[in-house]
Amino acid sequence: MIKKITNISDQGIICDFGEEVNKDINKKVISLFNYLKEKSNKDEIKGIYNIIPSYNKLVIHFDLEKNNSHKIKEIISCIDLKKLNITQSGKTWTIPICYDDEFALDLENLTKSLKLSKEEIIKTHLDTEFYVYMIGFMPGHPYMGDLDKKLFTSRLQSPRVEVPIGSVAIAEKFCIIYPYLSPGGWNIIGRTSVKLFDTKNFTNPCLFSPGDTIKFKKVNKSELK
Amino acid sequence: MEQSYFEVLRPGINSTFQDKGRFGVQYMGLAPGGAMDYQSYLLSNVLLNNDKNTGAIEFAYQGPLIKLVKGKTKVAITGNVFFKIYSQKGEINGEPYRTYDLNEGDQLDILATKASVYGYLSIEGGFKLDKFCGSVSSQPRAFIGPNGGKKIELKDKILIFKNSTNKENKIIRNIKFEEKKIFRVLPGPQFHYFSTASKKQFFSTPYLITKQTDRMGMRVIGKSLENLVNSNIPSEGIIKGAIQVPGDGNPIILLSDHPTTGGYPKVGSIISSDYDDLIQQNSNKKIYFQLVTLEAAEQEFLLYVEKIKKKITNIEKI
Repeated sequence: MIKKITNISDQGIICDFGEEVNKDINKKVISLFNYLKEKSNKDEIKGIYNIIPSYNKLVIHFDLEKNNSHKIKEIISCIDLKKLNITQSGKTWTIPICYDDEFALDLENLTKSLKLSKEEIIKTHLDTEFYVYMIGFMPGHPYMGDLDKKLFTSRLQSPRVEVPIGSVAIAEKFCIIYPYLSPGGWNIIGRTSVKLFDTKNFTNPCLFSPGDTIKFKKVNKSELK
Repeated sequence: MEQSYFEVLRPGINSTFQDKGRFGVQYMGLAPGGAMDYQSYLLSNVLLNNDKNTGAIEFAYQGPLIKLVKGKTKVAITGNVFFKIYSQKGEINGEPYRTYDLNEGDQLDILATKASVYGYLSIEGGFKLDKFCGSVSSQPRAFIGPNGGKKIELKDKILIFKNSTNKENKIIRNIKFEEKKIFRVLPGPQFHYFSTASKKQFFSTPYLITKQTDRMGMRVIGKSLENLVNSNIPSEGIIKGAIQVPGDGNPIILLSDHPTTGGYPKVGSIISSDYDDLIQQNSNKKIYFQLVTLEAAEQEFLLYVEKIKKKITNIEKI
C-alpha cells in the first residue's frame, strides 16, 4: 500500500501511496493519518509537530531532538495497514451555493469551452456527491472530487490576483471553496456563505474533515447569509 | 491593581506576536507559523526566566517604538539589533542579549536590525495575549492571532501579564554574528524531476535573494532548474525549508507561514540547523546551496542544539 517512505528533510518524512488520485487510496492515507495522530496524542510517538494527509501522500514533521526518521519509519513499516479502520464515518454536509452571474465569474466562459449550457453545468455540479480528499493550502480550504467528466477543465491561463471569499471553483476533476481573499487560478462557478474556518471555535475551527461528503444546494442570492 | 501596558508610538515594518508556533493543526490547512529565528526567540525568553513558549514581539528590519504607559517591566532583545531606551535618566544605546528594567514612562526604540532581518523583544512574564490552538503566533493573512491576527499597529495597547519585581539583570556575552553564505540542502521528494545538469548548477552557482521574500517564502534568482517530468504534482504536505520550483524554474524556499500543501515539485529542503541563519539573510544577498547527506544534516542539528545550550549556560548576572 505504501510504495515508499523517504526523508524530505532531517525533520520530515513522506509516505508515498503512489501517483494515482482516487478515493480508495485517499482513504488509506486518512486511516494512517488517524492512527498516527492518535498515537502522537497519547505520546506513544514522541516529538510529532504535524501530520499532513493529502490525496496520496502523508507527510510527518517531527522534532529531531525527540525523535528521528529511522525510528518513525520503523514504526510505520510495522503497522499492518490492512488492519487499520478504513471505514471512516465522514460527515455529510449540504452547502448552499448561488450560481448568479455576479458570483459565477467563469460560468459564461465554461459554457463555450465545455460546450454545455449554464443549466447543464449547474445541474451536473448539483448532482455530484463530493468527497473531501484533503484540507490544505489555507485554513479550512477543501479539495473535493470527483467531478463528472463533462465538467473537466484546466485552470485559468492567468490566475486572478484576488478571488472573493466563498467562491466555489473547479479545475480538472476537483472542486474547491476559497475560505479567504486570495489569488487563485480555478474556474469560479458560484458563491457560498458557509464559514469554512472559524477562529472563534477553539475546539473544532475547521468545518470539513478529509473523508466528509458534500452536496451543494442551489439558493438565491438573498438566501446567502 | 491597574493594568500595566505599552502603547505603540511606531509599529515598525512587520511586527507580530510569535512563539514556537502551532502543532497538530496543519491537517486543517493551518500553517505552524512561529518565530522565524527560533534560536534568537528562545534566548530572549530564557534571559528573562520565561517559559520557552512565551509570546514575543518579532520585528523585521525596523522594529517598534513603544512607551511603557503603566507599570514596571524587564525586557530582553535578541538578534543583531540596534535599539535605544529613553528614560528620565536620559538616553542609552541598548545591547541585545541582555535584560533591562523599564519604568513607567520609559520608551523602547527598536531602530533597526543590522545586516540581518529579524529580531525579538520579550518581557518578563510575557505579554497578555489570547492563544489560538495553543499559540499566540500571528498569521495576518488568515486573521489568526491576537487582535484578529493583525500586525502590531500605531496606538495599539499591548498588555503586560505581570509587573517585574526582580532586580537582577542578565547578559549573554560574546554573541557572534557570523557571515554565512552556504546553506545546506537535503534532496526533496521530486529531486529526480530535475535535470542533472541544472542540479549541478543549482549546487554550484550563486542565487540572489529577491525582495519578494516574507514570512511565507523566499524567492531566489539564479540559474533556473530544468524540470524533465512535470511542473505540477497533486498537492502534498509541506514543511518549512522546502525548496519548491514552479514552472518558470526559479526556486522558492518556503518559510514558517508557508501554505500547508502545495502542487509544485520540490528539489530539496534547507537542513534544520541552517534555517535560522537563512531567514536572517537580507534581500540582494548572494547565497549558495550545498547538497549534504541525511547523516550530516542530523549531525549538524545536534551541533545546533548544543550551541544553543552553551549560550544558555553562558548567561551571567550583571
